[in-house]
Amino acid sequence: MVKIRLGLIINPIAGIGGRVGLKGSDGAELQRQALALGAQPQSHLRTIRALEVLIPLAGQFELFTAPGEMGENTARQAGFVPQVLLTQTPGPTGPLDTIRAAREMLDTCVDLLLFTGGDGTARDIFAAVAVLEPALSGAQLPVLGIPAGVKIHSAVFATHPRTAGEIAAAFVRSPLSSKGRAERIRLRESEVIDLDEETYRSGIVTTRLYGYLNVPYCPHLLQSRKVPTPAAESVRAEAIAADVIESMQPGGLYILGPGSTTRAIATRLGFPKTLVGVDVYTREGVVALDVNEARLMELLSFAKQTARIIVTPVGGQGFIFGRGNQQIGPRAIQMVGRENILVVSLLEKLNALQGEPLLVDTGEPDVDEILAGYMPVVVGYHEKVIYRVAA
Amino acid sequence: MKPIAPKPMPRRFHQASWDEPVIFELSQPGARGVLVPEVEAEIQQECGDVVASLPESLRRKSPPALPEMSQLHVLRHYARLSQENLGVDLNIDIGQGTCTMKYSPKVNDQLARSHKMADLHPLQDESTVQGILEVMWKLEQCLKEISGMERFSLQPGAGSAAIYANVSMVRAYHESRGDAKQRDEVITTIFSHPSNAACAKVAGYKVITIYPDADGYPDLNALKAAVSERTAALFITNPEDTGIFNPYIEQFVQVVHAVGGLCVYDQANANGVLGITRARDAGFDLCHFNLHKTFSTPHGCGGPAAGASGVSPALVPFLPKPSVEFDGQKYFLNYDLPQSVGKIRPWYGVAQNILKAYSWIMSLGADGLREVAEIAVLNNNYLLNKVLEIRGVSMPFATGKRRIEQVRYSWEQLTSETGIHSEEMETRMVDFGAHYWTSHHPYVVPEPMTLEPTESYSRADLDEYFAILKQVAGEAYSNPEIIRTAPHNSTVHQNQHEPFDNPDEWAVTWRAYKRKIDM
Repeated sequence: MVKIRLGLIINPIAGIGGRVGLKGSDGAELQRQALALGAQPQSHLRTIRALEVLIPLAGQFELFTAPGEMGENTARQAGFVPQVLLTQTPGPTGPLDTIRAAREMLDTCVDLLLFTGGDGTARDIFAAVAVLEPALSGAQLPVLGIPAGVKIHSAVFATHPRTAGEIAAAFVRSPLSSKGRAERIRLRESEVIDLDEETYRSGIVTTRLYGYLNVPYCPHLLQSRKVPTPAAESVRAEAIAADVIESMQPGGLYILGPGSTTRAIATRLGFPKTLVGVDVYTREGVVALDVNEARLMELLSFAKQTARIIVTPVGGQGFIFGRGNQQIGPRAIQMVGRENILVVSLLEKLNALQGEPLLVDTGEPDVDEILAGYMPVVVGYHEKVIYRVAA
Repeated sequence: MKPIAPKPMPRRFHQASWDEPVIFELSQPGARGVLVPEVEAEIQQECGDVVASLPESLRRKSPPALPEMSQLHVLRHYARLSQENLGVDLNIDIGQGTCTMKYSPKVNDQLARSHKMADLHPLQDESTVQGILEVMWKLEQCLKEISGMERFSLQPGAGSAAIYANVSMVRAYHESRGDAKQRDEVITTIFSHPSNAACAKVAGYKVITIYPDADGYPDLNALKAAVSERTAALFITNPEDTGIFNPYIEQFVQVVHAVGGLCVYDQANANGVLGITRARDAGFDLCHFNLHKTFSTPHGCGGPAAGASGVSPALVPFLPKPSVEFDGQKYFLNYDLPQSVGKIRPWYGVAQNILKAYSWIMSLGADGLREVAEIAVLNNNYLLNKVLEIRGVSMPFATGKRRIEQVRYSWEQLTSETGIHSEEMETRMVDFGAHYWTSHHPYVVPEPMTLEPTESYSRADLDEYFAILKQVAGEAYSNPEIIRTAPHNSTVHQNQHEPFDNPDEWAVTWRAYKRKIDM
């Protein structure tokens, strides 16, 4: 019988900074500081909580993990006899160890890779397993984060370690298809977002959308049962796209920020879209993909007709400018004008803000002030929300 | 004799579980409930071929594909299904917040079932249905008094039908003034009855939704940013589904009127303000009531509902037709309404429910109606105080402020501490024979729970529901597994929700199921 193969990689120092008031755990010096302040690593205990759920299913899957504190020790303590890939390297572990282990998991053909950590770890996993060609993204290895880090902005984490265990259990229980893949468990492209920790610690917040990982989607385990399924979400994104396209003027210049909601607009128009880049279109075709600020300004200066900027909130905090789309700089925003900025969003994203306003941080306080106030947000076909924007 | 031992609290409960198949699966070829005797030759001769006397278009080409069963098997099937139900007469159903569940007096059902009602047909001559027309006319007078509106139509068959009637009248009003084309936007709030946005959308309007302000109240500044010369109307619920009363309701109406829009008050649930505030006094141009909610007719859950649309003098010409009129001597139906939006449904309304609502109002009187609201609000605030004692629960938006007739709570803290979601609590609550509802979705309040203890529930009922809730919330911390695997004492186990979004995976009729299975 072919058994499901689960991979497990633990970032052993994830979350170490949080409890002692440091804003992250990346970098050897910070980890040394955190330990000196009496910090306790979170990842071991949180992984145990996830693995406990899998114990009754132990005979039904093979567990592959990294040596020592990157998985082996925790797996054994939880009662598993894992197969250990690689050999332990001396000294403290770092991002390269995570990447190396994840690549090894790919080569071992695991069906689902569990990893424990925070946004930094998610980024490392992404670096190892990402399939950058969008058309092939469905073939990307399914992964699932067990939350243990200080920063959890990425959408690739279960809400709770136990929930991660339950999603993995559902994965193990699901029948295998002829290709050996777990059936019935749908996958969803989920955002990998991380702060720049260097600037974050000095009080400047910048985040980046690094890309998307394929995450198993069990609606009732990930959040609550009635949140829309990927099918419903994509229908809603299409409805938003239909609304936006209906209002497009021939010859007008349309600047699409990163995100899956804006990507749906390009897809509906039949054009390619970079996942994390800013792309420029007319209704008739692609003008330029993945532009930087200078190129965007150049395009705008030549634009004969009205230009519009279409953005969607990036990450959990609701930034519409200044996070993940810094290519659309303050000068471009000023040139296009507030009235030509169109915010699009799935309703769930707005609801997740729990009443907090959408945010802007363009780097120019004057431009931020212009953007602040109320803005219409397209949430469906002929459906808008009037939402607060704060600088 | 030994004294009777006190019953445990929460009480033990166990529902019947029959694994009962769909009735079509029980069909046995040749089985019959009634064997119709052969027609005697003499009768046949006298009547001739009765079937042939029917018009060709009314004759079936093939017999209907009904299940073939004996009477006993039919009876057993439905008796079993009835045991697998958690109905209004069994449980303390305050967990179905926003639906205004309340006791529907059985005497009103008896009235509606009496042959005086059951034998009526809407095609009868007006002179032979003066009684029910009188009831309709008098109910309209009651609703006018309750709302301050000028006229009502009782024709809508449900709350959403009444909202649809109101949307239609809004359009007809703007058409009469020549600016219907320009006014293509309807504004609502995120915590209003979702049917407002849905009906406006169905009628072709663009929908703009307002989110709460930083204090959790409907956002007046957002409304100011939303209104324009394109505004057709504001459709709003107050108190909202959170139980929060809009303190700026007067300004809301003024802002919309200032741009030429109409204001429509969704009073589907008017339980908290009955006899206390009136839609017209607050400046609204239209309103509607769900007779099956506030007026107890009873709540449909798939059964017959009834809506009532009310309008100010300027909107009267656009009411659905016919209207029920009284000339001082007789009641009659008036079809001579040239600007009417037409019919919202066949005939004149759900007559049985109209009778029940009238009976309910008359049995309470004006003071009684106000007392309904007062007790409902008192019950809600009593329960609110108790529920907030439970670990892991909170009341987001307008935190710390009292609610009117219902509360949308949040279990966000409990979820973060235990991993248990509100919907898992829901499946555990039925183990104690108690109903529980989260909220409309997508959720705005995280991990929501909406409770609405109307006037029908005693303090003992509220205490019992609270005891169950407290027990389940405690289990989330002490024994989460029992919640995750619930229900244990109920009929239906956990549903997979994902297939609901895929039409290939569900069917609403047996015929559709057979067709999809064969595909």
